[in-house]
Amino acid sequence: MPKDKTIKKVIVIGSGPIIIGQAAEFDYAGTQACKSLREEGIQVVLLNSNPATIMTDDDIADRVYIQPLNLEALEYIIKRERPDGILAAIGGQTGLNLVTEAYKKGILEKYKVKILGTTIDAIQKAEDRESFKNLMIEIGEPIAKSEIIEDIESAVKFAEDAGYPIVIRPAYTLAGTGGGIVHNESELREIMYQGLTASPIGQVLAEESVAGWKEIEYEVMRDSNDTAITICNMENIDPVGIHTGDSIVVAPSQTLSDKDYQKLRKASLKIIKALKIEGGCNVQFAFNPENGEYVVIEVNPRVSRSSALASKAAGYPIAKVTAKIAIGMHLHEIINYVTGKTMASFEPSLDYVVVKIPKWPFDKFGYANRNLGTQMKATGEVMAIDRTFESAFLKALICLEGTVIGYRSKKHEHLSQQELIEKLSKPDDERIYAISSALRRNMTVEELHKITKIDKWFLYKFENIINTERQLKTEEFTVEMLKKAESMGFTDDEICSLSGKPKFFIDTLRRAHGIYPVHKMVDTCAAEFEAQTPYYYSTYEEEDENIITDNEKVIVIGSGPIRIGQGIEFDYCSVHAIQGIKDNGYESIIINNNPETVSTDFDIADKLYFEPLFIEDVSNVIRQELPKGVILQFGGQTALNLAPKLLKRGVQILGTSVESINVAEDRKRFEMLLKELKIKQPKSMAVTKTEEALKAASKIGYPVLLRPSYVTGGRAMKVVYNDKELITYMREAVQISPEYPVAVDQYIEGKEFEVDMVCDKTDILIPGITEHIEKAGVHSGDSFCVYPHQTLSETVVNKALKFSEKIAKALQVIGLMNIQFIAKDDDVYVIEVNPRASRTVPIMSKVTKVPMVKLAVNIMFSKSLKSYNYGVGLLPKTNLVAVKAPVFSFQKLPDVDIALNAEMKSTGEVLGIDNCYEKALIKAFMASGISFRDKNNVLVSVCQKDFKKSISILKKMQELGFTISADINDKQLFEKQGLKIISIDKSNLKNISEKFKSGEINIIFNLPEKDGFPTSPDFGLRELSVRYRIPCFTCIDTINAFLQAWEYKKENPLLEYKTIEEYMN
Amino acid sequence: MSKANILFDDGTIYEAEANLSGKTVIGEIVFNTSMTGYQEILTDPSYASQIVIMTYPLIGNYGVRDEYTESNKIQASAFIIRENAETHIEGIKSLSDYLAENEILCINNIDTRKLTKIIRSSGSRNCLITTEGIKENHKKMLKEYEFPKDIVAQVSEKKTETIKTTKKRNTDFAIIDYGVKKGIVNQLLNAGADVTIYPYNIDAETILKKGHKAVMLSNGPGDPKDVNIETVKKLLGKIPIYGICLGHQISALALGGDTYKLKFGHRGANHPVIDTRSGKVIITSQNHGYAVDEGTLPKECKITYKNINDGTVEGFCHREIPLECVQFHPEGGPGPEDAGEIFAKWVKSVSKETEDA
Repeated sequence: MPKDKTIKKVIVIGSGPIIIGQAAEFDYAGTQACKSLREEGIQVVLLNSNPATIMTDDDIADRVYIQPLNLEALEYIIKRERPDGILAAIGGQTGLNLVTEAYKKGILEKYKVKILGTTIDAIQKAEDRESFKNLMIEIGEPIAKSEIIEDIESAVKFAEDAGYPIVIRPAYTLAGTGGGIVHNESELREIMYQGLTASPIGQVLAEESVAGWKEIEYEVMRDSNDTAITICNMENIDPVGIHTGDSIVVAPSQTLSDKDYQKLRKASLKIIKALKIEGGCNVQFAFNPENGEYVVIEVNPRVSRSSALASKAAGYPIAKVTAKIAIGMHLHEIINYVTGKTMASFEPSLDYVVVKIPKWPFDKFGYANRNLGTQMKATGEVMAIDRTFESAFLKALICLEGTVIGYRSKKHEHLSQQELIEKLSKPDDERIYAISSALRRNMTVEELHKITKIDKWFLYKFENIINTERQLKTEEFTVEMLKKAESMGFTDDEICSLSGKPKFFIDTLRRAHGIYPVHKMVDTCAAEFEAQTPYYYSTYEEEDENIITDNEKVIVIGSGPIRIGQGIEFDYCSVHAIQGIKDNGYESIIINNNPETVSTDFDIADKLYFEPLFIEDVSNVIRQELPKGVILQFGGQTALNLAPKLLKRGVQILGTSVESINVAEDRKRFEMLLKELKIKQPKSMAVTKTEEALKAASKIGYPVLLRPSYVTGGRAMKVVYNDKELITYMREAVQISPEYPVAVDQYIEGKEFEVDMVCDKTDILIPGITEHIEKAGVHSGDSFCVYPHQTLSETVVNKALKFSEKIAKALQVIGLMNIQFIAKDDDVYVIEVNPRASRTVPIMSKVTKVPMVKLAVNIMFSKSLKSYNYGVGLLPKTNLVAVKAPVFSFQKLPDVDIALNAEMKSTGEVLGIDNCYEKALIKAFMASGISFRDKNNVLVSVCQKDFKKSISILKKMQELGFTISADINDKQLFEKQGLKIISIDKSNLKNISEKFKSGEINIIFNLPEKDGFPTSPDFGLRELSVRYRIPCFTCIDTINAFLQAWEYKKENPLLEYKTIEEYMN
Repeated sequence: MSKANILFDDGTIYEAEANLSGKTVIGEIVFNTSMTGYQEILTDPSYASQIVIMTYPLIGNYGVRDEYTESNKIQASAFIIRENAETHIEGIKSLSDYLAENEILCINNIDTRKLTKIIRSSGSRNCLITTEGIKENHKKMLKEYEFPKDIVAQVSEKKTETIKTTKKRNTDFAIIDYGVKKGIVNQLLNAGADVTIYPYNIDAETILKKGHKAVMLSNGPGDPKDVNIETVKKLLGKIPIYGICLGHQISALALGGDTYKLKFGHRGANHPVIDTRSGKVIITSQNHGYAVDEGTLPKECKITYKNINDGTVEGFCHREIPLECVQFHPEGGPGPEDAGEIFAKWVKSVSKETEDA
C-alpha cells in the first residue's frame, strides 16, 4: 500500500531533555522523521521541551512548540492544530509514555488523531512485562523464568524458587532505573525497595539471571505489509549483566556462526511480526555460547539509542524509514538513500567493524560508584569504524578524549595482582584497562575469560594489541612494524612512547614510504552497488575511495560524545555551522564520532568523516581535503583544544584567532587585559601549591572559588569557606591537572547573568541577556535562567554591553563569544569569557530568531554584521519570556550529591516559553518534571549559615498554606521565628520514606552546610528524595522561584501553549 | 605464510599473503557479501571452480564445525579474505587448519573491498593466483582458461542414495544432483519427504519407474546451458518438478526459455525478493551468476518472485503442468530462511496431489 492519503498533518512528539538513557539519539531520530514526513508533503507539528535540539528548528517542522511534554500542553496543541496523526515512536520512552497517556485518557479519540505506526496495543504488549511474557510463551520464544511482583515478600519467595542470582527490572522506567542483579536476600530486599519506588506503577519483574551469557541485539524493522528485516545485529563485548548502554558494543556480531546468527534473526522477526510493530524495533537476547540456548531479554517497540547506533553503523536511516512506514508506505517502496537505486527492503551488509564505547560521567563525579550493572550510567557514546577489530577498538578509545593515547592506563599498571583481579571481576567503566593490564602481566586469555566471561575472541584481539605493544617496546623498529602498528590503530604518540622514537622519526618514515591511511565509504552493501553517500572512515589499506572535489571546502570539528558540560547544544551549533558553510557556497565537511547526533547523519554535511577528534585523525582528513579553513568554535572545548595543534601544522583556523583564544583562556593574560580595559573581575590569584592557595585565600578573603585553568563545564570548580575545605580541595584539584595552576577567585554573591554575542571586528550583536535565577555559586549550566533579564538595572545592562564591546574588540573576536557576568549593586564583574559557542546559543537563537551560528559563519567569510537586518548592539526585548530549567539524571547516579554547587551536574535542559515571567517559569518547572500540587508539605533542613535567609521563604510557604516539617532539634529555632512546625526525626530515613510515600512530605527544602561530597549533612535525605522523586531544592533562589510560580498558577490556573512566533509579537 | 600474487585477465597484478606455498589456481573470481557462513560458502558445490572473495573483513572468527558443511568437501578453488580472525578455542577446528587439510589456497591481508569494486564495475572475470611468482606462462594459462563445461559432472555424486525422513512421512522426492547442498536435502527430509539423490546424468525413465512423487532439480555450479536438459524435458508434465537455483535455470531452459549471464551475479544473504502473488517481501540467500530471461519463458509460465534490486526473475511456476522453481536459496545456509516454508509448501502440495489421485 502506498502512503495513507488521509494523513495531511502530523504531530511529532520529541523526547524532552537529555538524561542518562535518553540522549541526542532522539534529536537525530526526530529530525529525520520530520524531514521524512515533509518529503511526502505532510505538514509537521512538533512538540518538544528541549530547546537545544535541531528538531525544534523552524526549518525542520512547519509548526514548532517548545512546550512541556505533558497532557495539558499536548491536548491544547492538538485542539488548536487538529493533526490527522500522531507519531510517538521517535520520542523515546518519554514520547511513548505521553502518547499512551493521551490515548488512555481518550484525547486522541476525541480529536480524531490517528496513532501512526505501531499501535498502543502493540506497545503495551511489548512493554508490559506480563503480556510480553505471555506473548513469548504463545509464540514459543524462550524467556528467563520470571514473575511480576508488587511487594518485597513475593520477591523473596520467587528467588527461593528460581535461585539466586536474580535480576530485578522495574516496569516502565528508563534505562533500567532502580533495577539490578541481586545475589542474596539482603541485596534483594534493598533493590526491590528501589525498584518498586522507581516504577511509576509500583511493579517490578524478578527474573532468573542469565548473567555471563553473550548479549546480542538485533535492530529490526517491519512495515504494514508484514515485511520484516534486520538492519544490523550487535554484540556486547560485556556479557549479560551490564546494561547495553554501558557496554562496549561491536557491530556486526563477531562470534556468532551463521546458524546462530540466523537463529536469533529468525526469533527477532518472529517477535516483531507477532507484536505487529510498524517501524523500527530493538530485540535483545542472552545467548549461551556453551549450548546455543538463548532467551529473549527485552523488546523496545520504538526507535532507540541502539537504533541510532545501528543507523550510523550500517548507513541505514532507521528513523527516517520508520516515519515513512508510519504513514503507510512499504519498505520495498522506499528508496535506499545510500545507493539511491536499490530499495529500503534489504539487509545492510557491512564490510568493516564498528565499535561503540560509552562515555561515563565519572571524570566529573570522581567519588561516584563506578561499578556497572543493569542500570545505565553513561551520558553518551562514541563510535569508530575500521577494517580490523583492533583498530576500530583503539580508535574508539581515542574518541573518548581522555588523556589516553593508547590501550594503557597508569592507574591500572600500579595495581597489585589482587586489586587487579578485583577490578576484573567487578565490572566498572575502566575494566577494559584492567584487561590490558592483566594481559601485559601475562595473564592468559583463559584466565581472563574465566573471570570476566568476555568471549575469548575479543580477549585474543586485545592480546594482539598488547603483543604489538611489546614488539614496539622491544624489537627493532622497522617500516613494517610502523605499518603494522598503524593499521592496528596505534596513535603516533603511543608508537613514540612505546618505541622511544621521536615524532620526527615516525613522520620521516611515513613520508618516505607513504604510510598514510586511506578513506573508505560506508555504503550499506559491502560495495555491491555504487553508493551516493559521502560517509567515510579511515583505514590503512590500499584503495582510497575518497572523492576529493575541486570545490573550496571548510571543515567543522564536532564535539564528540555527550557528557556533562558538553551536551547536545554543540551538536546543534555544528549542524548550523554546516548549513552556514553551504549557504556561503563552500563544500561543508564534518568530522565527528558521536553516533547519536544529527551532525553525524550522512545527509547533513556534504561530507562526513567518522573519526576520533584526535589531532592525527583530523590532520589526515585535512591533508587530503586541503580545506580553506577549519572551524572550531562550535564543537565545544573538544574542538577548541585542537586549536594550537592545528595552528602548528599550518592549518587556517576560521574565526577568532588562536592567539586570541589563548588570551581568553590564559588566566594571567586575561587578567592583564581586563585590567587594561578597566573592567572589573573578581580578585584572583593563580597558585600551584596548597600553601600558596591558603595565603591567597586569606588575602582575598573567604569564601573563595577555586578552579583549575582550562576547564570544561566547571569540572572541579568549587566554592570553599575555610582553610580545611581548601586543603581538601587542593589535594584533589592538583591531581586533576598538574601542568596547570589553580585559580583562587574572590567569590561574589551577586546576580549572575550572561550574554552570547556574534562579533565581527567592528560590531557586536547581543540578541539578549539571560539572567540566572540562582545567585552566583551555582554553575551556570545548573541554574534556572530567564531571557530577557528581569531584575538588572539599566546601568548594569549598559556596563555589560560596553564591556562586551571592549572585550570583543580587544580579542578581535570573529564569530561567537559568551561572557558571564556578576552584578553586585551597580558593579559589574566579568567572571568568564568563552571565545566560542556556549550552551545557551541554541536557546538564544530560537527565542530571538537570530540565527547566531549561521551569522557567525557568515562573518568568518568576511561579511559584516551591519550587512544583515538583525541590527547591532543589544537587541530590544520582545513580548516573549523564556525560562531555562536544568534537568538532572540523579536517578541513575545514586551516590552523586544532588546539592547544587559550582560543579555542573545537570545532563539536559528544558525551556518554558510564554508572555510573562511567571508563566514561563511555571512551564519550565513543569517541563523539568516538578509538578504543582494543591497541597504542599515541606520538609526543611537548613544549615546555620543560611538559617536567617530561609525564614522569609518559610513564612511565605506558611502563608500559602504549605505545611512545614523540621527535625525535632530544629523545631524550637523555627518556632521562635513564628513558624508552625511538624516535628520529625530527620535521621530516621525509614520514617521519612513512609512520609514520602504517603505524601506527608512532598517537597524538600535543604540548604546544606558543605557541598559536593556524600559525607556532607543530609546527604541521605537528598538521596532518598531522588529515589522517591520528591523535588528537593538546595538553593534558596530556586525555591523562591518555585513559590512565585506556584502562587501565580493558583490565581491563573489556565495556560496557553503556542509557538515562539506567537509570543514574540 | 607465503607471498602470493593475483593476476587478472587484464594483466593487473596484486600482492598478498597466502596460507600455502607451491600453489597456482585459476578460476572465476566472485564476491559474497554474507557477513557469516564462510564454511557453508566454501563447501557449497555451486562455488566449484570459483575463487571466492568475502567482503566482510574478518573471517574464521568462530572456527569450523562438521554441521556447517553443505557438502563433503571444500568446493571453492581458492578463498580471498581480508583477515583470518580465527582464535584458538579448544575442541574447535580453526579455519586455517581446515583450509590446509583440504589444500585450499587462502589469500589474506589484501584490500578485499578494492577487489570487490573491480568485479562490480568490470563484471565477473577470471584470475590466476600463484604463490610461485608470476611467470610468463601464467598469463597464457589465464588467457586460455575456460570455466570447465563439465563442472556439474565433477561435483555431482556418482551414486544414487536414498535417505528416509525421520519426521512423519508425507511424500517421496527424487533429487537430481547438479551439486546439491546438504541444506536442501535436509529441508526436504524435515518437511517429511523421503529423498533419493540421483546423479546429474540420470535418465527420466529410471526416476519415473521408481514411483517418486516429485523431482527436485538442485542447485549447482556453472552455466545452465552446459547441462544436459533432456532428462528434465522428458519429465515435464509427468511428475511435479521443483527447482532451486541452477535447477530453476534448467527448468527454464527445458521449457524453451533462455538464460543469460549476470554482470557479477548475486551472492549474499541480503537479497530482497517480492512474491508477486501476495506482494510480500522476503530476504533471501542467493548464489548465482546466471539468470532466467523473463521474456523468453513460455506464456504458460507465471513469474512468482522478482528481485527488488534489479527486477530479475527469482521464481516462476507453470500454469498447466506441475512445475515451480526459485532462483534463491530458501534453505539459507548461509543466510536467512525467510522462504524456508517453501519446502513445506512443496512437500504439502505433492502429498495433497497424491491424496487427490
